[in-house]
Amino acid sequence: MINRRKFLVSAAIWFAGTTSLTRASVIRDHMPWSPFPSSRPEFARPGPWQFFTSDEARAMEAIVDRIIPPDPETPGGKDAGCAVFIDRQLKGPYGSAGGLYKLGPFTKGTKEQGPQSPLTPAELYRKSLAALDKHCKAKAGGKSFDQLSAELQDDTLKKIEAGDIKFDGVDAQGFFSALLKDVPEGFFSDPIHGGNRDMAGWKMIGFPGIRYDYRDWITRHNERYPHPPVSIMGRADWSPHKA
Amino acid sequence: MARKLPAKDVVIIGLGWTGSIVAYELADAGLDVIAIERGPWRNAPTDYPPGYAPDELRYRIRHELFLRPEQTTFTFRNKMNQTALPIRTWGAFMPPNGVGGGGVHWNAETWRFLPSDFVLRTHLNERYGAGFLPEDMTIQDWGVTYEEIEPYYDRFEYLCGTCGQAGNLKGQIIEGGNPFEGPRSRPYPNPPQQQPFAATLFAKAARELGYKPFPQPSGNMSRAYQNPLGVRMGPCTFCGFCEWFGCGNHSKSSPQTTILPALIRKPNFSARDNCEVTRINLDASGKRATGVTFVDTGGNEWEQPADLVILSAYTIFNVQLLLLSGIGKPYDPSANSGVIGRNFTHQTISDVVSFFDPAKFTFNPFIASGAIGTCVDEFNGDNFDHGPHGFVGGGYMGQVQTNGRPIETTPVPPGTPRWGAQWKKAVKENYQSALKPGTGVHGSMYSYRDVYVDLDPTYKDRFGRPLARITMDFHDNEIKQNKFLTDKFAEIFQAMGAKQVHKEYRKAPYDVTKYQTTHLCGGAIMGTDPSTSAINRYLQSWDVPNLFVTGASGFPQNAGYNPTGTLGALAYWAADAIRNKYLKDPGQLINA
Repeated sequence: MINRRKFLVSAAIWFAGTTSLTRASVIRDHMPWSPFPSSRPEFARPGPWQFFTSDEARAMEAIVDRIIPPDPETPGGKDAGCAVFIDRQLKGPYGSAGGLYKLGPFTKGTKEQGPQSPLTPAELYRKSLAALDKHCKAKAGGKSFDQLSAELQDDTLKKIEAGDIKFDGVDAQGFFSALLKDVPEGFFSDPIHGGNRDMAGWKMIGFPGIRYDYRDWITRHNERYPHPPVSIMGRADWSPHKA
Repeated sequence: MARKLPAKDVVIIGLGWTGSIVAYELADAGLDVIAIERGPWRNAPTDYPPGYAPDELRYRIRHELFLRPEQTTFTFRNKMNQTALPIRTWGAFMPPNGVGGGGVHWNAETWRFLPSDFVLRTHLNERYGAGFLPEDMTIQDWGVTYEEIEPYYDRFEYLCGTCGQAGNLKGQIIEGGNPFEGPRSRPYPNPPQQQPFAATLFAKAARELGYKPFPQPSGNMSRAYQNPLGVRMGPCTFCGFCEWFGCGNHSKSSPQTTILPALIRKPNFSARDNCEVTRINLDASGKRATGVTFVDTGGNEWEQPADLVILSAYTIFNVQLLLLSGIGKPYDPSANSGVIGRNFTHQTISDVVSFFDPAKFTFNPFIASGAIGTCVDEFNGDNFDHGPHGFVGGGYMGQVQTNGRPIETTPVPPGTPRWGAQWKKAVKENYQSALKPGTGVHGSMYSYRDVYVDLDPTYKDRFGRPLARITMDFHDNEIKQNKFLTDKFAEIFQAMGAKQVHKEYRKAPYDVTKYQTTHLCGGAIMGTDPSTSAINRYLQSWDVPNLFVTGASGFPQNAGYNPTGTLGALAYWAADAIRNKYLKDPGQLINA
């Protein structure tokens, strides 16, 4: 006969032994339910830089404002929060190549075989921004990228894009490719991720965000959809006290 | 050392579309069934609530719902003399993960293949004569005919609530439907979705060019629907977040919205999630499966004995598990022998991007669903005479408005700089008045001797198992086919009044970084000859008769349609054979 103490001990061992199974479960009889099983969206909080140093951040804000320059109707990359977006992304799983296949050997292949670099996006940005700073200071009398004129900034970026400027120890064109992916993502992704501030990117093109239900408009052919965008966090004019 | 669990009648590997269907049918026959799924349990209302499911960055760009390559991936090369390298981040196709499989995040384009597709080699040789096909093309007949599986197409469509207009009802051609489709025994369960502006323009232009346009059959509901299992779905709201996303509206056909709620109530069914099957176990004879070995998230190894094993994972994982379990002879392209890994195919797709006058055209591209749009089928399969063209195969072409999500779908005219003020201006000017069909030219890919799957000699997964290695390139036949179709497709956009039409032909080499559907097919193909197929016409392994392999891995080549309708039909067909033939007399169903 099993005594109470022995039972508790064996139950404790059983529970401890099965904690590793907590994510692997047996499902029967009914549809399982738990709140937010897929994890809630993460909210990129305002505040200080989380990944970039202040020097890096100055360069990034200048870069994103050349990739997407301001115009009289729509803010540029800087005011739309593209540098903040990239900062939060690099601090998160994207920056560390989370979930990607990272086992070696690392061999350079053909373009069709896809990226094979052991560098994470965070490392790529860190090394590239340092190399860019070094390049600018050497070429422009000690000035950093953000201190150059807009024309010189554009000229530098064009040369990187064309492969005419090379960085020491890191692929400058690879860095530029990352920018061409990450900056528009910051301009057009939901503001919950820190970019697209005030839904500026969406307002520019007329994308209504997550309105979800267009049954009233599907057959209104060739009529512009009239309603302003909504994000996962709602809209500023719905919650002015938080604005 | 694996711990042994109590034996079951049936173990199902992978709980996606085909796993759910076979599980339901066999549980319904009274068998004790367990399904083992590598990914998590997913359910429509809790996992994809409309309040945050439409997040383009999270789901489309960062691949939230898919398998993580760090769990496992594949290596890839174009040619046999290259060294394959690992796919470190997904590109050309998106391996699913979790309960529901690809049925969670597909567009729900629900097609049937043509009758001639199932007897392809015989049909083409009869029409064009032997010698018309390229020498290294390895296409085969399926061993099953359209007429035989028509009732099962019908069952799958009524399960899904597919919305469409019949074009051929028992041989009678119906105006407004696809006149090229095989005869169907009854109409679709639901009418087509309402068509957006661009689709109506496409239909008008196509008619003027002499084609017979029709609404794409869709698993996005045109109205509320209750399926034969008693599961209810609601009308699609055209949210524009379909493919890559889960639907929180119960508006998209998926295992979650059509079959799992009925399956889970069966007392003799259970599922294990977050458990990865690492091996199908065989007895000493090597001719009988004794069950499977799997690993849970804690790294513990378990053995699940079963009398019947259903392998119903994603295409290439089916092939990999057969290779890792030593079932069937691995394919050797040099010797042209063996079966596991042969006849591996994908899809030959391309697009046409058209720019219209912004002052006259507003398309509202974000008012969209996964399969909403209008198609023509004149250039699919063998619907036209290939004699003068020097290629075989084809595809449907459609103005399918899947999304206006702004990271992915902000087309700019060719020649626009990739960044800066001019790019920004072009994005703004063209967003509402450009058309970039979510599905454009959707062509077949036929099979070749040097396109196949085997095990990689170098790269391993997290358990130290060899990754599957893909060797794949486009052949001239598909490149010619695509050029012909893309040119025809572009003519329709010209006729719609576009001021600029840009053709994006598919070209060799095959590029693993460019998305081109998730329709990987073949590698464990069905057929009539055990020396050139892995499974018989009932999807039963030639080598291990108590193993059935479902899914697109069984397609001997890929047709010019999305594969889900066909793999759903074949799952019902196989389940029927198990219930009515195999269970009465367990053993090999076909004497080859």
